Amino acid sequence: MNPKRRLSLAVVFATVGLIVPAAGVAQAAPAAITMWTHNGGNAAELADVNLTVKDFNASQSKYKVIVKAFPQASYNDAVAAAAASNNLPCIVDSDAPNIPAWVYAGYLSPLTLPASLTKPFVPAVKGIINGKLYSIGTYNAAVGLFTTKTILAELGLRTPTIANPWTLAEFNDAMSKAKASGKFDYALELGNNNTGEWWPYFYSPFLQSFGGDLINRAGYKTAEGSLNGKAAVAWGNWWQGLFANGLSPKNETADQHNNGFVTGKFAFAWDGAWDGPNFLKKYGTDLAILPPPNLGTHPVIGGGSWEWAITRTCSSSAGANAWLAYAIQTKYLIKFANDLGNMPVTPAAAAASPFFGPGKPFAPLQDFSAQLVTLRPPTPAYPILAKVFENAARAIKDGGDVQNTLDGAVDTINTVLKSNNFYKTKK
Amino acid sequence: MKTLSRVTLYTLMTIMSFVFLFPLVFMVISSLKPDAQLLHDTTSLRAFIPTGSISFKNYSGVFTRIPFFTFLFNSLLVSLITVVLGLFVNSSIAFAIARMKWKGKNFVMAIILATLILPFEVIAIPLLYICAKIPSISFTGGFHLTHGIFNSYQIQILPFIANAISIFLFVQFFKTLPKDLDEAARVDGASWFLIYRKIAMPLAGPAIGTVAILTFLPMWNSYLWPVMTIQDERYRPIMIGLQYFYTNFQTSWGQIMAYLSLLTIPVVILFLSMQRFFVTSIATSGVKG
Repeated sequence: MNPKRRLSLAVVFATVGLIVPAAGVAQAAPAAITMWTHNGGNAAELADVNLTVKDFNASQSKYKVIVKAFPQASYNDAVAAAAASNNLPCIVDSDAPNIPAWVYAGYLSPLTLPASLTKPFVPAVKGIINGKLYSIGTYNAAVGLFTTKTILAELGLRTPTIANPWTLAEFNDAMSKAKASGKFDYALELGNNNTGEWWPYFYSPFLQSFGGDLINRAGYKTAEGSLNGKAAVAWGNWWQGLFANGLSPKNETADQHNNGFVTGKFAFAWDGAWDGPNFLKKYGTDLAILPPPNLGTHPVIGGGSWEWAITRTCSSSAGANAWLAYAIQTKYLIKFANDLGNMPVTPAAAAASPFFGPGKPFAPLQDFSAQLVTLRPPTPAYPILAKVFENAARAIKDGGDVQNTLDGAVDTINTVLKSNNFYKTKK
Repeated sequence: MKTLSRVTLYTLMTIMSFVFLFPLVFMVISSLKPDAQLLHDTTSLRAFIPTGSISFKNYSGVFTRIPFFTFLFNSLLVSLITVVLGLFVNSSIAFAIARMKWKGKNFVMAIILATLILPFEVIAIPLLYICAKIPSISFTGGFHLTHGIFNSYQIQILPFIANAISIFLFVQFFKTLPKDLDEAARVDGASWFLIYRKIAMPLAGPAIGTVAILTFLPMWNSYLWPVMTIQDERYRPIMIGLQYFYTNFQTSWGQIMAYLSLLTIPVVILFLSMQRFFVTSIATSGVKG
């Protein structure tokens, strides 16, 4: 290249390199804070997230939050890949039971929100690990046993309450009567066509009600006895019986799950709060929301939903915490609950909800959430526990030997725990 | 007797056509139905008949829900550029191995074939790390050197240009060409590149067709790598878009069918337009796709 031309090119590049950043500094651009959310394709929830971001960005000039939405099905993989390449954003959301694993992996840093802001939130939406708050959710979810008052009356069943739930015998009797009545294709709609987190969220409470669990919570070092002991085997036999006796379809279709209860083909639906509005629209005041049965020890439902957290590599941690403090204002919590059919997470938000709160249609679900929740085991091993439980519960549903299946599940879990040195905190 | 065997053959072919067409017909018909009806119809032959409440609402739902044309453009751009660059790079390598004389070419070919043992998942993390560290130029906040090529077209194209299967196919094809062609050209003073460009490649139609399809399809269906490297919606390919229809315990089946119908069209067009090359190449190289 001609030396003169080379020199002029160097001058041009140097000038551009110097002037452009200088222009940026002169305008004192706000610090960019990238946020990743799992709401790609979920227009309603993404709109609420975007609203908090838009309002926050307009409310101050120090920070600018930039939203990047991912489809939920690929979200966790994207976060894991970003962590592997040291490319995590500042703000992430995560399904509540995965928070301990993300903390253990070093993805997250504790939140620095004032306690006065987080105190009113229900415990199920606060990710507290080793006494530190790592995540907080803007909505909650609960599960209940949906039916109608008419069905209860026709089958001659008493209405259970939290204080006096159905026993195992009463629950089995209710299912048998529904099946024997000949009015329904099946007694119970469980949604077993779903995959992944659905299984531990919806079905491990049955196991816990029997007295078993995914892992021994004293130290989280073994699943021996918890997932394959007497109580767990009793759960497995009962679970298998639901399908073997034709009380619930072994391989539920999407149509049965989506429409089975509202078309009267199922007498009962073990379903989430988000389907409540649909049921209410169909049955109105005849809708009955029953607590989970006490299958041995106590009635149980799962708890927790998606929560916000801040990454350890975030260079604007103060700004990220500022957005989170802004986003958990009551007016946004109300929107998150009302727009999405979710449960509000503070008393103030509940008071403004048309569905939840005393005397409102879904008040029972809120009561279940307040009184009957057993959170999924808060351990870094949870993703493995969840997968192993799903596989075992599927195998048992399909007719596998209960004791052998559960013993195999325990062996898998214990091997993983051991090979990860029992997830001792890294120094 | 001849007529009878022909009738039997056509009957069998017709049955096979229906077997292969059923999924496509189901997909297109289902894309016109609302979710409740779609799910209800799956238990009967109505699944293959456009009955009931038929409309294009699912298609409009697709366009409302995701930036369909951005995803489509990204996938077409990434796939086509990879195909074009892949054809050039892989055929060049294959030509050097199959036609030129140099020490160690059999060893190089063995190494290339050995890479087929490794599935992509094995190299994904190391590749990710390289792509995060590779130097690049940024104009954001002023011209400067930075590192990492995430959220770009380059990261979706560069790792997939060189391909062992493509090299193997070209090598196999180039070996079938008579050596006399090269020798005559060399005597006339032609360079190796001229022989590659003017003699070998014009004769390599079937291999080009096969490699083009075998490169295009995985690029079109690319999922894991974009999930790991593309966080910006502006660069996302079409297959990631499919995941947008599965939200928290809710699946929009009608929109999924509409989306799949839309993204199947380019593949069908490509296959039909290159079918002749594809069949010829399979017949000559013994590759089973």
